[in-house]
Amino acid sequence: METRGVRIFMRVTSVLVLAFLYVPLAVIFLYAFNSTVGQKWPPSALTTHWFGVAWRNTEVREALFTSVRAALGATVIALGLGSLAAFAVHRFKFFGREALSFVLVLPIALPGIITGLALNSAISSSGLSFSLLTIIVGHATFCVVVVYNNVIARLRRTPGSLVEASMDLGADGWQTFRYVIWPNLATALVAGGLLAFALSFDEVVVTIFTAGPQITLPIWIFNNLLRPTRLPQVNVVAMVVVLASFVPVYLAVRLTREPAPGRFPAEVVPKPQEQLAVASAAV
Amino acid sequence: MARPTPDTEQRTPPPERARLQAAVRLEGVHKRFGDVTAVDGVTLDVRQGEFFSMLGPSGSGKTTCLRMIAGFETPTSGTVLLLGRDVTRLAPYDRDVNTVFQDYALFPHMTVGQNVEYGLRVKGVAPEERRGRAAEALRMVRLEGFERRKPSQLSGGQRQRVALARALVNQPAVVLLDEPLGALDLKLRQQMQIELKAIQQRIGLTFIYVTHDQEEALTMSDRLAVMNAGRIEQVGTPAEVYEKPSTGFVAGFVGVSNTLSGDAAREVTGSSATITVRPEKIRMLERDERPGDGECSVTGHVRDVVYLGANTRYTVDLDPGGELVVLQQNLARSSMEALEVRGKRVRLAWDRLHSRTLARSEEGTGPPGPGEEGT
Repeated sequence: METRGVRIFMRVTSVLVLAFLYVPLAVIFLYAFNSTVGQKWPPSALTTHWFGVAWRNTEVREALFTSVRAALGATVIALGLGSLAAFAVHRFKFFGREALSFVLVLPIALPGIITGLALNSAISSSGLSFSLLTIIVGHATFCVVVVYNNVIARLRRTPGSLVEASMDLGADGWQTFRYVIWPNLATALVAGGLLAFALSFDEVVVTIFTAGPQITLPIWIFNNLLRPTRLPQVNVVAMVVVLASFVPVYLAVRLTREPAPGRFPAEVVPKPQEQLAVASAAV
Repeated sequence: MARPTPDTEQRTPPPERARLQAAVRLEGVHKRFGDVTAVDGVTLDVRQGEFFSMLGPSGSGKTTCLRMIAGFETPTSGTVLLLGRDVTRLAPYDRDVNTVFQDYALFPHMTVGQNVEYGLRVKGVAPEERRGRAAEALRMVRLEGFERRKPSQLSGGQRQRVALARALVNQPAVVLLDEPLGALDLKLRQQMQIELKAIQQRIGLTFIYVTHDQEEALTMSDRLAVMNAGRIEQVGTPAEVYEKPSTGFVAGFVGVSNTLSGDAAREVTGSSATITVRPEKIRMLERDERPGDGECSVTGHVRDVVYLGANTRYTVDLDPGGELVVLQQNLARSSMEALEVRGKRVRLAWDRLHSRTLARSEEGTGPPGPGEEGT
């Protein structure tokens, strides 16, 4: 058993680590309401003025819509490919099944800059032009993973006897899918989709390599970070990006937890380090 | 009847129809999984309306047999007949059988009512009718009014009953039960045994019940098959299987193994063939008492005494070698008196009719013969 000293030490360490993760974010949020252009601690007064300014900025608005479109596109592709791949790997035994599973999961571990570089040269040499479509494809490479992971975890957690029971009671393959498999899978798909959306929405590195003239919100932050007059708007946008990423992740965790209360949602792959990167860069 | 496929109906030759009396018939069924032979030549008739158990240790092939009847597995060779119709290669949804699964397999996203209605729903029965029939099935398992609950809100015993209602509501030709009471505690299990049997008798459907629990099989079955290593050792009523086990395996698996072979058997019966006798059939003679007519007897000394409350169990080392377990009711005997017998010399006796000569288990694969009665 741990002694009192150890227990206090562990509590303090936990608090410090969490503070290191979240205090910079809180500071960004606070600065988004700062009344002055320069960042001075503590803020002299609070205002929502910059939200209006950012919203009226067509550049920012364009970037927001581009981000949403890219994230939606990547999510749709990820849902299609990820769930189909999960079905195949779960249902059938075939040569190279383990390898396929590994190759699907790999992109999330690959450095974004390598993925970006590779996609960039592939797109250039294929003669395609850089556009929203290439951003979507680039994002889809790592979004497929989260859908795949969520769906396959759910499939593995769904007892095989449910499918057998359905067939036993007279349901054919399609009825079994419609009445038993699909309802059991729906929350996993929604969770996977939300995570894919969040991943795509705040992605910077791959976007730089696959975008044409399009600017997404994170890229806009990146471009405007060093312009002092834009700093208040950058903070506002950063806050929006963080919320747009955290809310889906939170919902995804809730969704995957619901069907099996008390069980740890092992299938969720939150990736907060990117938000953090934006936040600490902006501070 | 779930979707009869016309072509199979036509393929069934007229002589097959003469066997309609069997609800389920397995003919020379083998099932291999890779190198492992799970079922090794099983031939079996289950009559309509009977409660039939398949009893055996894990790995004896009983569940695989059940799964082949349900359609989840296809036999490597052999035929499965359902009411005289060859269903060997039919999908589960084309067979008029329903299964109660070991883990219940209730659909977690549906209410109890929706679970029970499921079989009717996929067959396109109108909502009105299926609601009525589901309510009736739930009443049968004493869960009326539970329609709106979710399976997660039920206890183990209640889930078990929902699983049963979900099978019964379709009024299948055969209900298959795969160790359905395995997850319940002892008290509830015994209560459910009685309840299951009562339901089966009331509705008159054919039940095939897989279990490794001999007491369960003896309690509920009209007939049972004892399985070992993919083969059937014996088929019979509980009394037949218990009192006249045809192989050493059956004698040991159903009840306490009490066998005599070699010299001990020769001393008792005059032949060295292995015999078995149930522990409660053996008397311990009083000091001057002689064995009666038609009784065989053997001497030994009591090695061990276990006082069990209602009974006392003695383990007796026999003078010609071997041992016998003797179970005696504590009619007028106190625990002190029972324990005093330890180490004493005793003479055991039992009616010749109660000892059975065993076929060797390795050979006991075919339908077991009527065994010699009395030795």
